[in-house]
Order: sequence, then structure tokens, then C-alpha cells
Amino acid sequence: MTAIPVFEGFGLGLRPPHFNEFLEQGDLVDFVEVISENFMVPGGRPLYVLDKVRERYPVAMHGVSMSIGSADGVKLDYLRRLKALADRVNPLWVSDHLCWTGVEGFNSHDLLPMPYTEEAMDLISANIARAQDVLERPILMENASTYLTFADDQMTEWAFISEMCRRTGCYLLLDVNNIYVSGTNHGFDMDAYLAGIPEDRVRQMHLAGHSQGRELLIDTHDEPVPDPVWALYKKAIERFGPLASMIERDDNIPPLADLLAELDVARQKASDWTRAA
Amino acid sequence: MSLLDTQRGFRDHILAGTDAPLPGAPERGLAVYRHAYRAQLVASLRDTFEKTWAWLGDEAFDKAARHHVEAHAPKSWTLNEYGADFVQTLRALYPDDAEVAELAWLDWSLRRAFDGPDADAIKPEALAEVDWDRAVLIFVPTLTMGEIVTNSAAIWGALAEEKAPPAAQRLAAPATVRIWRSGLTPKYRTIENFEQRALILAMAGSSFADLCSLLVEGGDINKAAHDVGAVLAGWLQDGLIRAVRTP
Repeated sequence: MTAIPVFEGFGLGLRPPHFNEFLEQGDLVDFVEVISENFMVPGGRPLYVLDKVRERYPVAMHGVSMSIGSADGVKLDYLRRLKALADRVNPLWVSDHLCWTGVEGFNSHDLLPMPYTEEAMDLISANIARAQDVLERPILMENASTYLTFADDQMTEWAFISEMCRRTGCYLLLDVNNIYVSGTNHGFDMDAYLAGIPEDRVRQMHLAGHSQGRELLIDTHDEPVPDPVWALYKKAIERFGPLASMIERDDNIPPLADLLAELDVARQKASDWTRAA
Repeated sequence: MSLLDTQRGFRDHILAGTDAPLPGAPERGLAVYRHAYRAQLVASLRDTFEKTWAWLGDEAFDKAARHHVEAHAPKSWTLNEYGADFVQTLRALYPDDAEVAELAWLDWSLRRAFDGPDADAIKPEALAEVDWDRAVLIFVPTLTMGEIVTNSAAIWGALAEEKAPPAAQRLAAPATVRIWRSGLTPKYRTIENFEQRALILAMAGSSFADLCSLLVEGGDINKAAHDVGAVLAGWLQDGLIRAVRTP
């Protein structure tokens, strides 16, 4: 399976309030990320916008419904639809989350947590292999924010991810905010997490904001990237280099100019690292 | 416990929506997932049924949406399909306010037209050489129709233009609304009974000549041909026809 080359740049998620600006200007960012499912539709304005944006920008496809951790396997009809979109877009890469969203016909439309067990490792490795076969390309898996861990976990999340990469050849989308949210919620060592991620598999990084829930941090994507996440991002680029980095904003979406200014902070962190290196 | 059993237990826990313990998983985290599941689906219904939401207001809409969520677990990988049964839910919840379910039908159908299959409409000049005795019209795939008994179309239109909607009232007689997409824009139009009958026949594959003979009233075939011609002109104008086939 073809290797995914490194792409260094700074991007944003393509969201409807900003469609027109991305249609009119071709130099706002280095790449855009689209939510795959929003464009897995028969036709109309979404695909029109995507085709036009694709003429101007490299596009990363990011999904939320692959449910790679479902114990009853990945869904072929979904994968075939995803492949059709990928063939149309010719994206930088296709990513989804290390999670499950449903089982036996139920779909929660939420990113549900995996137990980190040997059985789950066998299952997810088989599912990723199947997905990569159907998609005819390696995929990126993203670490999800989680709000619980299972009593029968047999390994850390980063050990699970590392072994998953070794077995399947998949790549990683490292969500720095999700590491921070899960690390705070579960009290794990975030430096150990970064150190445990295989250095050569990361191709993209997500940055986002979160909210303080009653007892846990919640991955809400409705706030600017907070300082602790920027600090962790700085450590991440020290380890993985200035890979394709982007800010996710899905709620309380500000004007595009605000997000571009926030993205400049990421550029600054990366240039600091480049100069230091 | 096997992974499948773990996931079945998790699913059942989310669907039950109570804080009954789930072995091996702490309650404070489970509560987040129970809440997120419902909040996501209610938000999805708000997004799809935007004008119905505006008509009912936050409290009444969310109450109906939460009722729907408890009775309808999503089965598809796409949230686009969630809410297909919401019209029926609203019809049951508002039996004396028919405009509520009708607004929901308009919201749903227009959303389906929004990202439905592409098809270019033909231009009027393409009809110059058509053999009208045999011609069969092929319509754009987003075209659909529904019956309304209230002024829901007028309410929907006012809400779309962010104007004060008229009070709901029953129509003197049921009417038909056709919905389709023209270019990238979903559209709707309330149509007369004659056009509705013509459209049903044409969509079922009747030729133009058959339409005229089937819709003739009082034995005046020339008037029928004139009236069908006028309807056809409207369909062309609205971009409803994607091809004319001569079998």
C-alpha cells in the first residue's frame, strides 16, 4: 500500500459559514479538512462547494462514522461510499477516529470509547486492514477524547495506538486537544503519551478548544485553543515536526479572520521550533 | 466480558438513558455519553427541521425532539437520514395542529432536495423537434409532491424570509405542494388540482397526448391540450424536466 508522504502546512476545517470565503479566495490556508459524511450525498450544493474548494486547496478527508472499533465489523456500504468520495476528491489522506459509534445496526453518532484490550486490538487491526483494502489506501486514525476508561483495560492508549500502527501500517492524526482532555480526565502522563506514539506514523495534528463539565473536560470545539493545549502542541511538534496542523471549530464558529489569526499562533509555534532545530 | 458484550451493554445503557450501573465503566463518564447522544440528535433535528423549530419555539420543539429520540434510535451511518419519521411523530403529538407536521414535511423534503441527485433541466428550445403524440417527460430526481390542508406553505415562506408568519388556518380545500431543486436551490410551489393530476400522470410515464385525453373535461380536447400546454410551460420554466423521451 502506498505510503503517505509528509505534508507540512496549516489548515482549517471547511464549515458552512465560511464556504463563500473559501470559494472566493485561494490562499487562505495551506489545506482544508472536510467532514467526509457531509459530502457523502448524491449531489447539490455540498459537492459543488467541495469540487470548487478542491480546485484551490489540498483537501484532507476526515470522517466520523467509520466505527472502526465496532465488534461486528466495519460496514462495506459505508466504506464504498467513502471510497467514491475519496476517488472524486483525491485527498491528502482519509482519516477517522479510534472509537466505535454503534453496533448491530445502532448508530449513536457519537465517538464511543474502546477498551484497550488484546481482543480489541485484534478486532481493530482486522477492521483497519479491511477498511484500507476497500479504500485502497492507508488511513489515519485519530485519538478521540474519552470520558471513561474500562476496568478491564490491559494497556495504555498510547501503547494500543503504537501496536495498532505496527500491525496495520495505518497512520495517525494526533489530536492534541484530545490528548489534553483525556489526559486530564483520566490523569495520565501526557509526556509519556507523546513519547509512546511512533514518530514516523503521524501525518496530521488537530488543535481545538474544550469546556469544563461538572466533573470532566468535554471536547466541545466551541472555544479558542487554550494555553495548555498550545503548550502540548509545542511539545508535539518538537517530537513529530511541524506536520499538517489545523484548528477544529464546530460550534460558536467565529468569523474566518479570527480563525486565521488563531492559526497564525500555530505557525509561530512551528517556526520557533524550526529556528531552534 | 467480550468486546461485543461490552458494546451491547454500552449501547443498551445509552438507549435506556438512566444511571443504572454498567459493570466496568464509571458513572460520571457514562453520564457524558448518555447526554451527548441525546443532545446530538436533538441538535440534528433542529438543523433539519429549522422552520418547524422556529414555529414551535425552543421548548415545544425540544420536547417533541426528545420524545422522538427516545422512540427512534438512529440506524444509518449518516445523520442526514435521522428524522425521516419525525413528521409522523409531530402528527401524533399535534393532532389538532396539522400545520406542524406539514411544516416538518416541508423542512424534510426541501432538505432532501438540497443534496439530492444532480440533473440539468432541459431548455425550452430542446422541445422544438419533439413528437408530442408520443413524448414522455422525464423529471429531475428531486421532484416530489405532498398534500397540505393548512396554510403551512405560507407559514414556511414567511419564516424563511424572517417575517412574522401568518396564523395557522385550514385551507378551503386540500392543496398540493411540489418540491424540487433548480440548480443548487431547493424550491417549492403550491399547485392547482389540475396540475397535480397532470404531474402524477406525467411522473408515472404518461405521454403528453395521453395527458390531454386523460385530463379532458366536458369533452373539449382542445381545451385540455391548452391547459396541459400551460402546465408544461410552468414545468419548463421551473426546471422540472430533465429530458423528453420518445419511446
